[in-house]
Amino acid sequence: MLSIKNLHAAIEGSPILNGINLEIKAGEVHAIMGPNGSGKSTLASVLAGREEYEVTEGSVTFKNKNILELSPEDRAREGIFLAFQYPVEIPGVSSTNFLRTAVNQVREYRGQSPLDAVKFLSLMKEKMKLVEIDQKLLSRALNEGFSGGEKKKNEIFQMAMLEPTLSILDETDSGLDIDALKVVANGVNQLKTKDNATIVVTHYQRLLDYIVPDFVHVLYKGKIVKSGTKDLALELEAKGYDWIKDELSGATV
Amino acid sequence: MSKDNEILEELTSREYEHGWSVDYEADEAPIGLNENIIRWISSKKEEPQWLLDWRLKAFEQWRKMDEPTWANVHYPKIDLQSLRYYSAPKQKSKSKKISDIDPELLKIYERLGISLNEQKRLQGVAVDVVLDSVSVGTTFKDTLSKLGVIFCSFSEAVTEHPDLVKKYLGSVVPATDNYYAALNAAVFSDGSFCYIPKGVRCPMELSTYFRINAANTGQFERTLIVAEDQSYVSYLEGCTAPQRDENQLHAAVVEIYAAKNAEVKYSTVQNWYPGDKNGKGGIYNFVTKRGICAGDNSKISWTQVETGSAVTWKYPSCILKGDNSIGEFYSVAVTNNYQQADTGTKMIHIGKNTRSRIVSKGISAGKSQNSYRGQVQVMKRATNSRNFSQCDSLLMGDQCGAHTFPYIDIQNPTAKVEHEATTSKIGEDQIFYCNQRGISSEDAVALIVNGYAKEVLNQLPMEFAVEAQKLLALTLEGSVG
Repeated sequence: MLSIKNLHAAIEGSPILNGINLEIKAGEVHAIMGPNGSGKSTLASVLAGREEYEVTEGSVTFKNKNILELSPEDRAREGIFLAFQYPVEIPGVSSTNFLRTAVNQVREYRGQSPLDAVKFLSLMKEKMKLVEIDQKLLSRALNEGFSGGEKKKNEIFQMAMLEPTLSILDETDSGLDIDALKVVANGVNQLKTKDNATIVVTHYQRLLDYIVPDFVHVLYKGKIVKSGTKDLALELEAKGYDWIKDELSGATV
Repeated sequence: MSKDNEILEELTSREYEHGWSVDYEADEAPIGLNENIIRWISSKKEEPQWLLDWRLKAFEQWRKMDEPTWANVHYPKIDLQSLRYYSAPKQKSKSKKISDIDPELLKIYERLGISLNEQKRLQGVAVDVVLDSVSVGTTFKDTLSKLGVIFCSFSEAVTEHPDLVKKYLGSVVPATDNYYAALNAAVFSDGSFCYIPKGVRCPMELSTYFRINAANTGQFERTLIVAEDQSYVSYLEGCTAPQRDENQLHAAVVEIYAAKNAEVKYSTVQNWYPGDKNGKGGIYNFVTKRGICAGDNSKISWTQVETGSAVTWKYPSCILKGDNSIGEFYSVAVTNNYQQADTGTKMIHIGKNTRSRIVSKGISAGKSQNSYRGQVQVMKRATNSRNFSQCDSLLMGDQCGAHTFPYIDIQNPTAKVEHEATTSKIGEDQIFYCNQRGISSEDAVALIVNGYAKEVLNQLPMEFAVEAQKLLALTLEGSVG
């Protein structure tokens, strides 16, 4: 589904990603871990098409399309969803109104007719249950005055509404207490099918107790330096990232 | 950045939709401004002597006045002697009934999307249409007159209801109030007049549509609204003008009188030609609007959506004279390209327990300058008066300016006055967030701006809120940097 080959990216001339290779198939959950500044969030942003990042080398194909040529909105319409680490606030625009615009623009791109208010609201009702989100929250301005947990729940709710093929969760666990974490993870798990895939970007192993990955990759200095299964995450938790750093510097000496 | 700038470029170079003009046979005053021109206008309108005297007195005062320079706007000095002060389409019939209007003129309004055919009109909106210097017709007059509501052109009011006009004309905005108000008093050519009798709740929205068509002509109209005890009226005005390279002057005066327990809601959707993207041409919109809550428990509410004009200078104000009276000002002012706006309000608290609320939302894009200027004055006897002001500025791009000039003058210690102000920028973060959900940048900006202006747009009557939303989106789509 997603094939990243030798991806290099820079921001304002300084390189952040230095040759990422990653293959993701339908039905898989991949965790990307790594110390601060290793390029985890950059990878998520580059895939979503944030334009401050310049791709200097390599390719990214998604469902056999070169997505690097697509605008961020077209990538989203193709089925790539990014759950933001810091969801933005849009004052005066209700979540409902925002999502209705989004859902209908995605539908239009896919050649589907727009959902009318009734159908849209019933779809919302159905998806709200997944993340135990309160309807009152959705009639408020998007993310404005939301708690950290509410913002993250809202991200997963939007994911449920847009039914992406590839979801990228960028540090969705940051700022969440354990109860909210469970709710969010539970929502993500329920959305999992054999046809979609998830990339979980996280700093800590904790989230992976709830969203169990098929593969774990460790990102360091803009490269994937180690890949493995869920056990790798546990090992990282026990030993810390220094272990990887030491191992790497040992290898190069 | 670069992509945003492209979108900015593309969308801000959008053509002004109402920029066309038509040729019609016109009745025109000679170019220039002097006593004879004023006499010419007055006799053209077959006015009574008292009104001519009123005009001449205003003109005499005006000659001693200087053009105000305190506003945060810059434009070349207007040569008032080079303008024409009266231009009216020649009408075959004097009747102001829609059925008697020259079909050629009706076509102008059809093209603007304003059907004057009462059957086709939106239910519940009566319209007076002012083309250049005169009112060409008023709809639903018969329906309204059954309730005693008078809604007609100013000229007609002078003839048909001279006592009312004499009583209220200049009572809220005196003839010599300020430079442009005095000029208007001297040369005003037409406008709308509304009178809502005691206890009547006007069943439909009253509206005036102003259109400037003739070149090199100023538009000087006056609107006078009188709401008697326990009455209610909602009034709207809309404005457009052709696209021309020269600047044109529009100096209007609006007066509102609200008696005991009366409520007047005044809404404006201003879309005068703003000039081209290099700042050439456009309307100078120098307007004086003021209402007086003369009676106890009365209420005046101004709502304005200002998207057009090259230069705007306008402060719809409320004099809260009656005890417990309420003044409100809701404004969205958008400037793009080289537009300049200096707009805001004055709330003068005179009566006890008077309340005022100011919500101003400025949006600046391109190379424009947008200023909020507001005055809250609490007089000595205005005990327990309250004011809440909120002035927000939204910036798009890095070449525009937003300014706030609040003046507060409190002479009563029991007053409670609050002022809140914010400045924000439409962030790339917000746009990207919308993009990531599949929303195009253009729609993202429309969504964000309408969200920002919602509190004000919600004040507009339904039919116009939709129009205003579209107008905002069109004026600004994609102007992000």
